Amino acid sequence: MADTNYDVIIIGSGPGGYVTAIRSAQLGFKTAIVEREHMGGICLNWGCIPTKALLRSAEIYHYMQHAKDYGLSAEKISFDPAAVVKRSRGVSGQLNGGIGFLMKKNKVDILWGEGRISKAGEVTVSKTSKKAMEPQHPAPKGTKGEGVYKAKHIIVATGARPRVIPGIEPDGKDIWTYFEAMVPPAMPKSLIVMGSGAIGIEFASFYKTMGADVTVIEMMSNIMPVEDPEISGMAKKMMEKQGIKFLLEAKVSAVKKGAGGVTATVETKDGKKQDLTSEKMISAVGVVGNIENLGLEDLGIKTDRGCVVIDGFGRTNVPGVYAIGDVAGPPMLAHKAEHEGVVCVEKIAGKDVHAMDKSMIPGCTYCNPQVASVGLTEPKAKEAGYDIKVGRFPFMGNGKAIALGEPEGLIKTIFDAKTGQLLGAHMVGAEVTELIQGYVVAMNLETTEEDLMHTVFPHPTLSEMMKESVLDAYGRVLNM
Amino acid sequence: MPINITMPALSPTMEEGNLAKWLVKEGDKVSAGDVIAEIETDKATMEVEAVDEGTVGKIVVPEGSEGVKVNALIAVLLEDGEDAGAIDTSGSGASAPAASAEKVPAVPESAPAIEVGAKAVTDPVPAPKAGDGSRILSSPLARRLAQLNGLDLKSLSGSGPHGRIVKRDIEAALAAGTGKSAPAAAEAPKAAAAAPAVGQSADQVLKLFDEDSYELVPHDGMRKTIAKRLTESKQTIPHFYVTVDCELDALLALRSQLNDAASKDKDGKPAYKLSVNDMIIKALALSLRDVPDANVSWTDDNMVMHKHADVGVAVSIPGGLITPIIRRAEEKPLSLISNQMKDLGKRAKERKLKPEEYQGGTTAVSNMGMMGVKNFAAVVNPPHATILAVGAGEQRAVVKDGELSVATVMSVTLSTDHRCVDGALGAAVLGAFKGYIENPMSLLV
Repeated sequence: MADTNYDVIIIGSGPGGYVTAIRSAQLGFKTAIVEREHMGGICLNWGCIPTKALLRSAEIYHYMQHAKDYGLSAEKISFDPAAVVKRSRGVSGQLNGGIGFLMKKNKVDILWGEGRISKAGEVTVSKTSKKAMEPQHPAPKGTKGEGVYKAKHIIVATGARPRVIPGIEPDGKDIWTYFEAMVPPAMPKSLIVMGSGAIGIEFASFYKTMGADVTVIEMMSNIMPVEDPEISGMAKKMMEKQGIKFLLEAKVSAVKKGAGGVTATVETKDGKKQDLTSEKMISAVGVVGNIENLGLEDLGIKTDRGCVVIDGFGRTNVPGVYAIGDVAGPPMLAHKAEHEGVVCVEKIAGKDVHAMDKSMIPGCTYCNPQVASVGLTEPKAKEAGYDIKVGRFPFMGNGKAIALGEPEGLIKTIFDAKTGQLLGAHMVGAEVTELIQGYVVAMNLETTEEDLMHTVFPHPTLSEMMKESVLDAYGRVLNM
Repeated sequence: MPINITMPALSPTMEEGNLAKWLVKEGDKVSAGDVIAEIETDKATMEVEAVDEGTVGKIVVPEGSEGVKVNALIAVLLEDGEDAGAIDTSGSGASAPAASAEKVPAVPESAPAIEVGAKAVTDPVPAPKAGDGSRILSSPLARRLAQLNGLDLKSLSGSGPHGRIVKRDIEAALAAGTGKSAPAAAEAPKAAAAAPAVGQSADQVLKLFDEDSYELVPHDGMRKTIAKRLTESKQTIPHFYVTVDCELDALLALRSQLNDAASKDKDGKPAYKLSVNDMIIKALALSLRDVPDANVSWTDDNMVMHKHADVGVAVSIPGGLITPIIRRAEEKPLSLISNQMKDLGKRAKERKLKPEEYQGGTTAVSNMGMMGVKNFAAVVNPPHATILAVGAGEQRAVVKDGELSVATVMSVTLSTDHRCVDGALGAAVLGAFKGYIENPMSLLV
């Protein structure tokens, strides 16, 4: 009889769960992880990673279409949708296998099946009832299966799934969620994207580049509503130039499916209605936590609006049960889940650890142009009562951006005028998702404008704009 | 009224630029946010957006114009119902400054105004050094916040990696009111102002002794608390001291009478056995009742005026001391004070006091009379504002009305927190105390 007693059992092997499992093992805990479908969770299989692969194909396709701008010629440019999808699945599959390897290397047992906290300190693993999304990567080898397992500490890391608006339920055929949008059998000629958050905008960008006629419908007055309005406004303009259409302060009130595709009745704020017809529609109106069938109700674990309620260390109201990642509330980001898990398990180990500071979690959107940000937006900073200094630097003033042929974009920084604390940084333009971390490190180390101004940034890089933006906030910009 | 569109400044330093391209022509309708022109400087091309809606009435500066001054009129926008006749472009042109009062800032929001006055903030804050010259780890933001709030980093401890002082430590210190820099008083010698708030490091102490000449006993919680609280007291509370002598003979006589009169239970155990200390507790409590302005605690914002005298009594126990509290001592009869004190003292020695039995209090008594100490000064134990140090009652030669005689005399010293108990107030407390001790019947009523 195999040993079924653990120090820590983690339910869900997404980026939050598997990283928590590794850290748990590093801390000397006997650790197991429960997974019902795919190692790496949505992120690796149906989210962050495969979409980046798709967007990379789109990016290269875009460059090929514009080869002439760089003095090159490319003729008869085309693509094979199946091959684009195949590459994306391949990237996902490679990393999926990698998680299995990491678990083995760290001596974390994989309990294959659906986990339920049957009582305090006990997880019952049963056969998966959920129908897996195809194509599915193979299950890892050497897993333990159904049974009852004991653990002193149980960490719920079950993630989230697409939110469904009643009456506009995705059918997987005409109305897609990100699952179907990631594996299109053919490129649609026209597409309605409902919701302009990161998921919606990335797909809008991908399908537009691949030739679809794309309309994005957003309820708020700005696209990417969590971003700084100046940045999202600029991103919207740049995308409009590519031909993406936006309907803001608008919502889909009904859909009809017919031979010609999906007809959406769109209602704008002023009460006007219009019908839009497109071949496909993507529903990207957010995600909700996976809190069901885990036994949370029986244990009396508090939830709020579809998420488990936790303290700064992932602890629920029931001792020995923890939650991290999407299921524990926003922001629903893989990197937030990872750090939340590490903090949680280090606290369990008695380490002197601080709760995560949610004001310093960066966000990245990989549309064209890319958008990246950390900290307070300009309106939020003002709302919080700060007297602020705002710096701006456009891509147009940066040599590397011009050389890359990417002269559009902006880097914006927001400082507390009193203390010089960097409150927020917001970017739109080429490669900004790789730049933002510079500011994130600066914020975490509590640098002030002074240290940033004294930091040498390499030339010629896009990162020079980060310094220029800081200089601009203090009236010292150089290259504008 | 026609709206003038002027040459925007793309940066605080831009003086002129080229109007590269018009994206609208006269007669076009535009709405706010529409891109109407492109402006070039030597490095950048920027789009100009309309900030109002209307019809382009006149393009004043043709595309391709170079050296257009910032704020020069470049076009005029007509509102509904206006015609081009309303346009007055006199005095405006490619090179002329715009004279119009109705300047419409045409995008992009230019950089914020340069602020030269922010010197205090932009001056570098040097990284501080600890007393022994080693570097204190602190974040730049923490250093600046400390500077802005007059905190001394040397007196703070850091919660970041490797004890780095970070923003939350400053915020905690501000909330707790600790870590204030010594006011840089002009008359204070510079060396004193810069005196380190930390003592010698462990290494510095240990290297003064041979390695096998001592053994190390780790501090327990009580020792750490004593060290922390008394260091804090002596560093933050300006102490001063008042001493008086009290004659004890009447009090000792009364004590004997009272103890003799105590009823006895069937085992012959008396109902109470008063000590001198019990009577001192009562006397101090009554003195504070009589001088309520001295029965206080200091906070930065307010004087805390206590309504009762809760007297802490320092009890020496193995490895340290603790001060259990007789609450509302001014209201309690001596027999009750005595019996409570016996119970508290016994449990203090067993380290079995509950926190509420030793936390708080409004004053304290420290009695070393039984050890033959003639006189000493105690350290105020915040939140108390006073502490009474009691010496031994001993026969001394005293002069009364010009005659030498012998009396049993006890010296007491009141230490006070000068922030809230001034000299005269301290003297008034001791005056009342001396009255109660020398006229002890007043302790009974």
